[in-house]
Amino acid sequence: MIKKFKSFLTKLLKNIFKSKSQLKLGLYGPPNGGKTTLANRVCQDWLGENMGTTSSMAHETREIQIKEQITIKSKGKEITFNLVDTPGIATKIDYEEFMKMGMKSQQAKKRAKEATKGVIDAIKWLDDMDIVIIVLDATSDPYSQVNITIIGNLAARDIPVLIVANKVDLKKANIKKVQAAFPQYDVVGISAKYGNNTDKLYEAVFKLSG
Amino acid sequence: MLTLQIVPYSEIADLSSVGRIRKLLTIAKQNKIVLLQGRLKKEEEAELIQATMEEINKDFKGIELAVVDEQSSKDAGGLEAIRSQLSSIFLGDRAGLTIIGPANVVKAIKKDPKKIELLTRDPKQKKKKK
Repeated sequence: MIKKFKSFLTKLLKNIFKSKSQLKLGLYGPPNGGKTTLANRVCQDWLGENMGTTSSMAHETREIQIKEQITIKSKGKEITFNLVDTPGIATKIDYEEFMKMGMKSQQAKKRAKEATKGVIDAIKWLDDMDIVIIVLDATSDPYSQVNITIIGNLAARDIPVLIVANKVDLKKANIKKVQAAFPQYDVVGISAKYGNNTDKLYEAVFKLSG
Repeated sequence: MLTLQIVPYSEIADLSSVGRIRKLLTIAKQNKIVLLQGRLKKEEEAELIQATMEEINKDFKGIELAVVDEQSSKDAGGLEAIRSQLSSIFLGDRAGLTIIGPANVVKAIKKDPKKIELLTRDPKQKKKKK
């Protein structure tokens, strides 16, 4: 009870002393869901530049990356936020998996170590977010415990959540399955790679930010 | 050989969050699959992931995690739902089951409303002697 009151008070004080331009929009999700591809899409759409590098190998993003002061506009409204791209959250990291993809042992071990630190940092940053977009690969099983844990933690912190079912350009994509897994949340199906449906994503962000 | 270790909720009920996580992780690091009665708090689940990441090394690759909720109490309405929520607040979330499998042993956990599948690793594929 005391913990909940403290968290409420901290959040209230944060909101009072924070200007609108300091709004933090976080991209969270499991590895390889397309968080950085989406971050690049948003940055390309509104700033004309990329944010980070992408790869088919998991844990390409191993550090928190922030792009400040992105202003998006839709239907006469505008909102400015700092976009926070986070490393994919996983419960296991095996350097041998990187070696199977052609990496040398030393390099793979270094990547695994950085990836574990990235997961820890991503979880630590949950408290700092004002809005979170959960980026899921619509071709994968949405019922993974990592997804449920992240969303549960955001709900416990009263942070507004939007779920993006990414990679809808792929045949195996199944948005309905993602919607069925998280019926209490808005789910927007997009292709961050090709920009499909991003207008709906921006509208949903407006709706979420109130 | 697979070892399943059952942990009744009473064994973690009086522990702090750190204590609970240490206890469960210590069992998983012994290559045993933990079957915990009930579930951790949401924040503890996230802390478990963080603690797991800190422990990863060449011998311990992390965990597979699955939580099976007791659907009947979730679906219940009225007094039953209130009773269930109050009991969670005061006694901890004893309903459902948490499975924590060491990634060295468990490749994946697939959940289905009526069954849980643990995909295990072939022991023959385990470490070669140097």
